[in-house]
Amino acid sequence: MSAVQEAVTDAPAAVEAVPKRALTLGTGTSLVMLALLIAAPLFVKNFIIFQMTMLLVYGLAVLALNILTGGSGQFSLGQSAFYAVGAYTSAILMEHVGMNYALTLPIAGLVCFVFGFLFGQPALRLSGVYLALATFALATAMPQLLKLGYFEHWTGGVQGLVVTKPDAPLGLPISQDMWLYYFTLVVTIAIYIFSVNLLKSRSGRAFMAIRDNEIAASAMGINVALYKTLAFGVSAGITGVAGGLGAIAVQFVAPDGYTITLAISLFLGMVVGGVGWLPGSIVGSAFIIFVPNIAEGISKGLSGAVFGVILFLVIYLVPHGARQVALVAQHLVGKLKKR
Amino acid sequence: MELFTNQVLAGIATGAIYACMALAIVMIYQAIDHLNFAQGEMAMFSTFISWQLMQWGFPYWGAFVLTLALSFAGGILIERLLFKPLAKAPILTNVAGFIALYAIINSVAGLIWDFTIKQYPTPFGSSPFLGSQLISTHQAGMIGVTILLLILLYLFFQFTRVGLAMRAAASVPESARLVGINTSWMIALGWGMAAAIGSIAGMMIAPVVFLEPNMMLGVLIYGFAAAVLGGLTSPFGAVIGGFLVGIFENLVGTYIPGVGNELKLPIALALIITVLVVKPAGLFGRPIVKRV
Repeated sequence: MSAVQEAVTDAPAAVEAVPKRALTLGTGTSLVMLALLIAAPLFVKNFIIFQMTMLLVYGLAVLALNILTGGSGQFSLGQSAFYAVGAYTSAILMEHVGMNYALTLPIAGLVCFVFGFLFGQPALRLSGVYLALATFALATAMPQLLKLGYFEHWTGGVQGLVVTKPDAPLGLPISQDMWLYYFTLVVTIAIYIFSVNLLKSRSGRAFMAIRDNEIAASAMGINVALYKTLAFGVSAGITGVAGGLGAIAVQFVAPDGYTITLAISLFLGMVVGGVGWLPGSIVGSAFIIFVPNIAEGISKGLSGAVFGVILFLVIYLVPHGARQVALVAQHLVGKLKKR
Repeated sequence: MELFTNQVLAGIATGAIYACMALAIVMIYQAIDHLNFAQGEMAMFSTFISWQLMQWGFPYWGAFVLTLALSFAGGILIERLLFKPLAKAPILTNVAGFIALYAIINSVAGLIWDFTIKQYPTPFGSSPFLGSQLISTHQAGMIGVTILLLILLYLFFQFTRVGLAMRAAASVPESARLVGINTSWMIALGWGMAAAIGSIAGMMIAPVVFLEPNMMLGVLIYGFAAAVLGGLTSPFGAVIGGFLVGIFENLVGTYIPGVGNELKLPIALALIITVLVVKPAGLFGRPIVKRV
């Protein structure tokens, strides 16, 4: 039986078991993608470069959710909270402390890692819908916490903070947008490689064992509590870096930018990209950035309905997201080669 | 002490709204094993239908019954047309489907009936109930309707053949199919019933929160919280959960200083999570037993 059929005929489990080798792209495809991502901004306007930067930023956030859900089988509607913490960490360090933008990112990641790791502790006892509710609570609480009077000196309260956009270093003759795009691209690729290797490592196998069967995993000697919280931490850390990059790209952070809507978008991005398939994250990110605009373009009054219909069409055609498309394509290429 | 009693009473009054919604959520969870994010929007749409019927001159109860029937049919239709094709898809894909349905219903309702706030009539009147300023006759009526609904559902699930078949289809679909139950139609029936109960919830809630396309957003969140708190497997738990969430929310707002309307929701949710950490299947839910 081919890989495609296998994936389709599987009984619906909580999160599907994605085999490890199916998590990534082949070397050839990866290089073509990379070349495209490097070359594309040379031919387009600044606004589109900005959109492409956001594409990478949301791609990272979707990737982070993918590690958590596709990797370790835990569901989260709270990613917007981690994104917000990352964005605010970067913004505060840049504006109040005067730190270099590039240096704020690892700190944002670290802060979010710790935050996610700690949040993972109580979340350990919960799974499925209950975990969804807990993370959902986090997502609804975060904008309110950021608005609180106590932190207003640092966070700027409801007004938020304005972030300065960095210039290209060493007097390179490229625009701020383009510099930021390439900077984001480098960070994204680094994190992508890290994630792929993480999932291929001993820890990644532990994540997947927990995803597929928690009890069996613990019987094999996997420290379930440790790896589940670790997955939360890593996911939150990556989301935090994405948040920091997003804050720099948008040049602005405000509590209302990080509501539950963002968390839901990221979730949709993961489903459209294919749960557990890391390269799909970028496809999912493209979906959540461009499809709402397209829907708005088709009908102003009914944009929500158009968006819903497009989403339905996508999940009817490819219930397993972009991963399914990739598998079919791989299958076809394989057939051609055999001939 | 009087402040405390009054706040608890007011909490029960708002809790009745959440209890209604939670009941609808648990119903569909029983039938399809997912939380339906579009539940609130379906209820809102039903409420708009009843409002439209009344605008066309139907009496309240006439519109009520007709809406109930339409919602039941509508729920079944949505399942047959939209979600049956997704039955084999992964759960997360189904959840994405619910979000899509949410967006569609919300947007269509906004287009047909626009976003202005509308008054919605109550069949119970809105004078103070038994001389108490905190609970109006409408809220008392709403509590009564919720409890009545709960009793009817209990009777339906315990003492009718269809109720038994639905329970069987939900708990062990494989075996249910072997003894000749059409599980696919049981799911559709579950959707229909959830839509009908949702429409009752909507029509009871609308006089309190006023009618507009986004009226259910807050209610849905509290309804979810209530359903999860009470245990998703227990309709009785859902109703109790609804009242508890209402009381929680009111007491938090009164007794914890510096909590405005903004922080009520996060704190109420945090409390619920604390309860869940101690009792992971909810207060009245069956503990989940897993096989390796």
